[in-house]
Amino acid sequence: MSGFAKPLKIALGLIVIAGVIVIPMNFNRYGLFILSQWAVMTIAAMGLNLTLGYAGQVSLAQGAFVGIGAYASAIMTTHGWPLPAAIVVAIVLAFAVGWVLGYPALRVQHHYLAFVTLAFSTLAFLVFRNESWLTGGIYGISNVPRPHIFGIATNKPLPFYYVCLGSLAIVSVAVWWLIRSPWGRAFMALRENPLRAQSLGIDTRRYTLMAFAIGSALGGVAGALYAPLTQYIDPVPFNLSLSLDLLMMVIVGGAGFYFGPFLGAMIAVLLPEWLRFTEGYYLMLYAIAVMGLLIWSPTGILGILDRYLAERRTKAASALRAVAKSRLETVQ
Amino acid sequence: MSNLFDLLVAGLATGAIYALVAVGFTLLWQTSQTINFAQGEFVMLPAFLMLAAMHAGAPFWFAIILGILLSMTLLGLAFKMLLVDPMMRHGVLPLAIATMALAIGIKEAVKQFFSAEASSFPSIVPTGDISILGHAVSLQSIGVLVVAILAVFGLTTLLNRTSLGHQMQAAAQNPTVARIIGVPVERMILLTFLINAFLVALASLLITPIYLAKFSSGEVLGQAAFIAAIVGGFNQVRGAIAGGVLIGVLDNLAAAYVSTQYRAAVPMIFLIVVILFRPQGLLGRAEERTV
Repeated sequence: MSGFAKPLKIALGLIVIAGVIVIPMNFNRYGLFILSQWAVMTIAAMGLNLTLGYAGQVSLAQGAFVGIGAYASAIMTTHGWPLPAAIVVAIVLAFAVGWVLGYPALRVQHHYLAFVTLAFSTLAFLVFRNESWLTGGIYGISNVPRPHIFGIATNKPLPFYYVCLGSLAIVSVAVWWLIRSPWGRAFMALRENPLRAQSLGIDTRRYTLMAFAIGSALGGVAGALYAPLTQYIDPVPFNLSLSLDLLMMVIVGGAGFYFGPFLGAMIAVLLPEWLRFTEGYYLMLYAIAVMGLLIWSPTGILGILDRYLAERRTKAASALRAVAKSRLETVQ
Repeated sequence: MSNLFDLLVAGLATGAIYALVAVGFTLLWQTSQTINFAQGEFVMLPAFLMLAAMHAGAPFWFAIILGILLSMTLLGLAFKMLLVDPMMRHGVLPLAIATMALAIGIKEAVKQFFSAEASSFPSIVPTGDISILGHAVSLQSIGVLVVAILAVFGLTTLLNRTSLGHQMQAAAQNPTVARIIGVPVERMILLTFLINAFLVALASLLITPIYLAKFSSGEVLGQAAFIAAIVGGFNQVRGAIAGGVLIGVLDNLAAAYVSTQYRAAVPMIFLIVVILFRPQGLLGRAEERTV
């Protein structure tokens, strides 16, 4: 059974990867923009999934980190720095701020933490809006350039989509490695039971701060890509509702599941677009769909799949047991 | 100096409204562990229900009563039965997310079915000023303050002085024991949802004449009420009242004495400081730690 499932999974994965590379080739400008947005938001949601889904720390500030990354990238690239350098700065900056934001998490938990991070998110928005000497204030920063990668200009939508997709691939591999490393296991121990984790010798202080910092850094990466994607940034996209949207993506996709953010971002970015034919009703339908999904499966879409697989496994196991039992009986 | 007096009166009036909204928020949290991220939208909606009734030709007083009843049906009964009940056993976070989605839904529905523009709303209190201690104070501020104080006073009397209130508190503090001693816990929870719906409708009635009816006006209000509830104490009704008044006054003073640009930051920084040094809130009880 399992020897059969693995090649199937790999084949399915390859088909999906080939699909996201090949199919958009004949998409129009807008379609490519939406897909690029999906890739960028998936990166941010993966970061939040590390913080929330794996380490169990509620954060309502991921949108602020996307903003920090976006401003770092926009300010640097409009001053002539290359994008990779800006991404590195965005990562370092978001990591450092995320680390500091982790300190409240050491003191308060759950909803209190949610509100500290919510307050931080609002403060970040105020800074973006009011420090106009740095961020351009409400007028924002325009003409954010798109990079040259290996000498190829990515000004057109398709090449830049591949930049986003490539970045998503790199981040995906890094996160995959991270959650399988001892760090990832420590995160999960932290989520399941902080006290027990501590008694097992896990430095909960350090890992809580780490969970925040790494998750935030990925938000910074997403922001650093978001700025050249839209080529214009102002404070509005990075207000509290982005943090709430990202949280929704993680929960709807399935918090604590590796592929959760991919699906969650797909629903949050693409579903409203697909529902656009309903004109003014599309966000309403989106809201109803999210509520319906959460009532049906609070662990998100992947939670449904997980439940189904677990059920099948128990059924298979009891079938095996039944076979073994009857054999035993015939032997006797 | 006169400026300070005016600011304090205005701050108390907004604070009283925040308190109404925050009280409902803590009631829901206590009885059913519901963090209602749509609380701000819950305040925005009743005003539109009343406006819709008035547009249909109902007289003002009738529209108010209808609005309050509709609010209790939709935001109390329907909210509990359709969203909270099916999700309660799944824990706090999925339900909180579901209420976020509900907030989007309410906002969009109002925008789509009513209007994206701000509409004016008649005041239940006559406009004009009266003179107190040589200061001109708007009747509206005073009216808001009086109605809010009466509502809060009524609520605390209900909770602390009546047997119904004691049953509600018992149900909130320890549902299992309450059930054993014969408190109809389910009915008490429903009652808190109805009270919350009544309070938000009242807040809507008080605040909309001042800030206009707009589909997006719930965001700021909801956030202020959350901060008020947390600052005062998440698990205490009197905490939410104190927090509401405190945030209202602070907000108005910040607008005058701190830069207007960073006005919104003052309550936020206050919130962070309070949470870091006294996570249970200024008047709250510490919640027991579960292993």
